[in-house]
Amino acid sequence: MPVLESDAGPVWRKRTKGQALARWFGWLLGVAIFLWCWQRISDKTTWFFVWDAPDIAADVLSRATPPRWEYIDRLWWPIWDTINIATLGTIAALIMAVPVAFLAARNTTPSAIFIRPIALLIIVATRSINSLIWALLLIAIIGPGVFAGIVAIAIRSIGFCAKLLYEAIEEIDATQVEAITATGASRWQVMAYGIVPQIAPAFAGIAVFRWDINIRESTVLGLVGAGGIGLQLQGSLNTLAWPQVSLILLVILLAVVISEWVSAKVRGAII
Amino acid sequence: MSVATHRELDDMLGTKWRKPAMVKRTWLRWALVIGFVAYLIAAVLSVEVNWLRVWEGLDRGAAFVAAFASPDFVSRGSDIWAGMLESIVMTVASSVVGILISIPIALGAARNIAPLPVYMVCRGIIAVSRALQEIIVAILLVAIFGFGPLAGFLTLSFATIGFLSKLLAEDIESMDRSQAEAVRATGSKWAQWIDYGVTPQVLPRLVGLSIYRVDINFRESAILGLVGAGGIGATLNTAFDRYEYDTAAAILLIIIAIVMALEYISGVVRARVQ
Repeated sequence: MPVLESDAGPVWRKRTKGQALARWFGWLLGVAIFLWCWQRISDKTTWFFVWDAPDIAADVLSRATPPRWEYIDRLWWPIWDTINIATLGTIAALIMAVPVAFLAARNTTPSAIFIRPIALLIIVATRSINSLIWALLLIAIIGPGVFAGIVAIAIRSIGFCAKLLYEAIEEIDATQVEAITATGASRWQVMAYGIVPQIAPAFAGIAVFRWDINIRESTVLGLVGAGGIGLQLQGSLNTLAWPQVSLILLVILLAVVISEWVSAKVRGAII
Repeated sequence: MSVATHRELDDMLGTKWRKPAMVKRTWLRWALVIGFVAYLIAAVLSVEVNWLRVWEGLDRGAAFVAAFASPDFVSRGSDIWAGMLESIVMTVASSVVGILISIPIALGAARNIAPLPVYMVCRGIIAVSRALQEIIVAILLVAIFGFGPLAGFLTLSFATIGFLSKLLAEDIESMDRSQAEAVRATGSKWAQWIDYGVTPQVLPRLVGLSIYRVDINFRESAILGLVGAGGIGATLNTAFDRYEYDTAAAILLIIIAIVMALEYISGVVRARVQ
């Protein structure tokens, strides 16, 4: 325990002088990096626009209210598309995520040296790229539309679902698996009766959780042309139809709140 | 099963064991299954797929996958560098500001620390921040503040508040009361109580969450450029629009590499603080 000798006797200190100095320099470095970053952002900002921002915000708000309620008639079909993108995308993702998760989990992978790293790479690569970027890419490849949105959501979700699922698989109780194995069950029977029942609740939870996230993401996929309500949002923004924009934002907000509520209810019922 | 009598067990002899169903009530099970299948059919039928277009696009898909084998970091090198730097700058600045703002809001949103009015206000802020997605906030902020990284910086800071405050507040609410009470019993002031009674209990989680949020902020900063809020997204969008797959592949590889590095660092740091 570091103690500082002073005229009035020893004084207790939390850190030694070296540690205190190292901490101080760490903080200095951190603050310097932050200020440098802020400087770069500030250089690229037209400050006149920023000082003008409250007026602009008030202007946009006054143009956006009241929302154009009758526009809702043209939104039903995009809303249906949006829900389909999220749901079908989630289902497709789960179908692909299950084998990846079994290959990535330490206790079920056929080969920890060759196959597991590949599965982990798939998980990281699909997870680290946003669904909007996947959508951009897929639109360039298979053309704009709902289908590109479904595939984008599916690919983005593989990594997320597989990661959570393989963690659940690694945490299963080995004794149950051993009991099934001891009855002389085949590899697939062990899977079906020893492993699957243990991870089924986790699987259902992950599915609903990801579906909730996917509803959020599918509402904005249309911004890049991948179908759903985002297309209407993009169109309204481009024509500066602010009353329509505010209505669409309200619909999106409502969809997000409802999906979160549904997901919380279902997860509460499962767990 | 466990309360089966001898007679029931006798009846079961010779019959095949069946897996218990997930949903106990038969009519509910069938209603769920039929409803789901009906929805699936309706959904699949309503999706229009131009298979000819998909078939033609497969060549381009193959070209893109091939581009990952030979990514082009050089020919748009300066654009990629500038975009990446801007993304990183936005990530750092917004994480710092977002975390600094979210700590007091998290204190306010913890029911065992804050009085009810403060609690309601802070929970309201969290709810608004969580309900609005980054990209929509970015669109609005670009409209208000103009193009550039400032809009992206504000968007990410705003999103950080909702994420971090919520999780941190939950951690504060589930902390050990006795430790905080012991500090309070020494006659400490409110600030001292927070500093010595609460902070030590939630600091490991705060560090872990902060690093995780830096990771998320970086990933999000990669798409903000699509709506003009600065970062690598604009470069990436241009690369896709021009079908320059080798440049796009290079950018994606850099993003994946940085995210992997951040995930590794966060794993090391979390192992050390816990």
